[in-house]
Amino acid sequence: MINLQDVTLTFPDGDSRLIAVDDVSLTAPDGKVTGITGPSGSGKSSLLAVAATLIRPDTGHVWIDDVDAAALTPTQAAALRREQIGIVFQQPNLLPSLTAREQLLVMAELGDRGRRHRMTVHRRADDLLDAVGLTAHAHKRPGQLSGGQRQRIAIARALVHAPSALLVDEPTSALDHQRGSDIMGLIHRLTHERGTATMLITHDLAHADALDTVTTINDGRASHSDTVLA
Amino acid sequence: MFVAWRDLRHARGRFVLIASVVALITVLVGFLAGLTGGLAAQNVSAVLALPGDRLVLQQPAEGRPSFSTSAIDQTIEQAWRTAPGVQRATPIGIVQGRAAAAPSPTAVPVAFFGLPHGSSASPVADLAPAGDDEVGLSAQAAIDLDVGVGDSVAVGDGTYRVAAIGADLWYSHTPAVVLTPTSWAEVDRNLGGDGLPTVLAVAGSPAWDSVAAATHTSVNTPLLSLTALETFQSEIGSLALMIAMLFGVSALVVGAFFTVWTMQRAGDIAVLKALGASTGSLIRDALGQSLVVLAAGIGLGLAVVVGVGMAIDGALPFLLSPLTTLLPALVMTVLGLAGGAFALRTVTSADPLTALGSIR
Ligand SMILES: Nc1ncnc2c1ncn2[C@@H]1O[C@H](COP(=O)(O)OP(=O)(O)O)[C@@H](O)[C@H]1O
Ligand SMILES: [Mg+2]
Repeated sequence: MINLQDVTLTFPDGDSRLIAVDDVSLTAPDGKVTGITGPSGSGKSSLLAVAATLIRPDTGHVWIDDVDAAALTPTQAAALRREQIGIVFQQPNLLPSLTAREQLLVMAELGDRGRRHRMTVHRRADDLLDAVGLTAHAHKRPGQLSGGQRQRIAIARALVHAPSALLVDEPTSALDHQRGSDIMGLIHRLTHERGTATMLITHDLAHADALDTVTTINDGRASHSDTVLA
Repeated sequence: MFVAWRDLRHARGRFVLIASVVALITVLVGFLAGLTGGLAAQNVSAVLALPGDRLVLQQPAEGRPSFSTSAIDQTIEQAWRTAPGVQRATPIGIVQGRAAAAPSPTAVPVAFFGLPHGSSASPVADLAPAGDDEVGLSAQAAIDLDVGVGDSVAVGDGTYRVAAIGADLWYSHTPAVVLTPTSWAEVDRNLGGDGLPTVLAVAGSPAWDSVAAATHTSVNTPLLSLTALETFQSEIGSLALMIAMLFGVSALVVGAFFTVWTMQRAGDIAVLKALGASTGSLIRDALGQSLVVLAAGIGLGLAVVVGVGMAIDGALPFLLSPLTTLLPALVMTVLGLAGGAFALRTVTSADPLTALGSIR
């Protein structure tokens, strides 16, 4: 579960500060895709960055299960990310020298966890490559994969260490409608299968059927009239 | 090293290129070091093989002491010999001249050393003959003169029988020839000298500085006294400067390469950080990568140096020893890593937030 409590984030803006996230409280429960939408510049990515522990909020709490990520040092936050948090970026952000399968295996190499952890990750990597339908492309490098395939690998990478929270920022922005819809369906399916607390940002609701709830952000404020979709 | 190894393989061309540059610099450094070592040995090996703990040279009224002008008279010798703490003080004459295999008229340049027979154990003293009509030859002197034990060697009007042939000892690029003090004084006078010994080799532990001050002499360990050899200073000084500059160049080249390489990877590094990579693991990767490149380049360069060094054995003054191969290689590695460490700023300062892309 991801639970944001009274989160405010500001950025320096000349002499004053720009309020990117304004006192937002929001919960993303396990096994559900919590959608966040809103116009460009409304603070969606900032909110995701806070939930992903990539930036510390000015005030408020960021609960990832029972850890308050807002209170962690950068080193502790990095450890939390490689153990509990999966992130899918707007671009796939794959590493050019790694094959598709290695993009997943690298998650076992980021810290100092032992051999057991590595073996678990290796096993889950094969499982996830299968789940995103890319087993046949496991040995290919990013340059040899299509945009949609790359984004699938990115999703598999975000889940390979069995995180409890999955944070997704505009995963379809670089894809056509059909592929975007496939990706959204995949995220929806994996979230429900694996019980991750997924927070997904999208600026258009073309694939809204893949979201379990939608919260709208405007000028950094969440409208609390959450729409629960069928 | 997970990503580092794969980067190495993926960007093979670039890494091979930089490793080749490192290899070339290693070859240059290796040759210079070997040549420096070889020249140094030809210059000073006999001085380093003198008996005693320290060498005493005459301190001129002005300027620095020098092997070519130093003269140790009776008073100086007596003062050192009787100073408390001195076990042994051996006066040694050194002068360069020519010698010939007895009937042959062609003389070859040699360095005459004069010291008493059996005075102490050292490669030079071991060659000191017992009789005034005898001579001890260093290995190269015997080769240059083309004589063996029992043959005769002519110096000036004197003729000496070869009593012993020993170690490879050199002084100012001439091979050492050892005489008794009496014969040496004669040779020195024939060469226009005053017949006074050049240095005093002192063993023991006297109050070095106060005795030196009282006797107007300068005292140093054999190694430090080499600065009183003009040829050594000028030769080794310029070669050492070149080696130092090559070390600097290699550190710069490696540093520049890894800085540019790491900056190109700044995006990937930000992604890895966003995924949760510890800064420690990223630094290990970056330094490990530089170490692999350095090890490959330096290893290859070293192999070339050793191979060529063995091939030209004897044709050039070239010294192949750990001091001229492994030591420079180690310095190259350390300096290269220091250069590579320059790139670490990009690693530590990369902001994982930039991986989100949409957020500035
Ligand atoms: N790193 C930053 N520094 C300063 N201002 C920022 C930074 N990131 C975002 N902002 C500002 O915060 C506001 C929200 O941005 P963002 O969260 O990217 O919105 P969205 O993802 O909804 O388009 C915008 O006004 C943006 O200019
Ligand atoms: Mg955004």
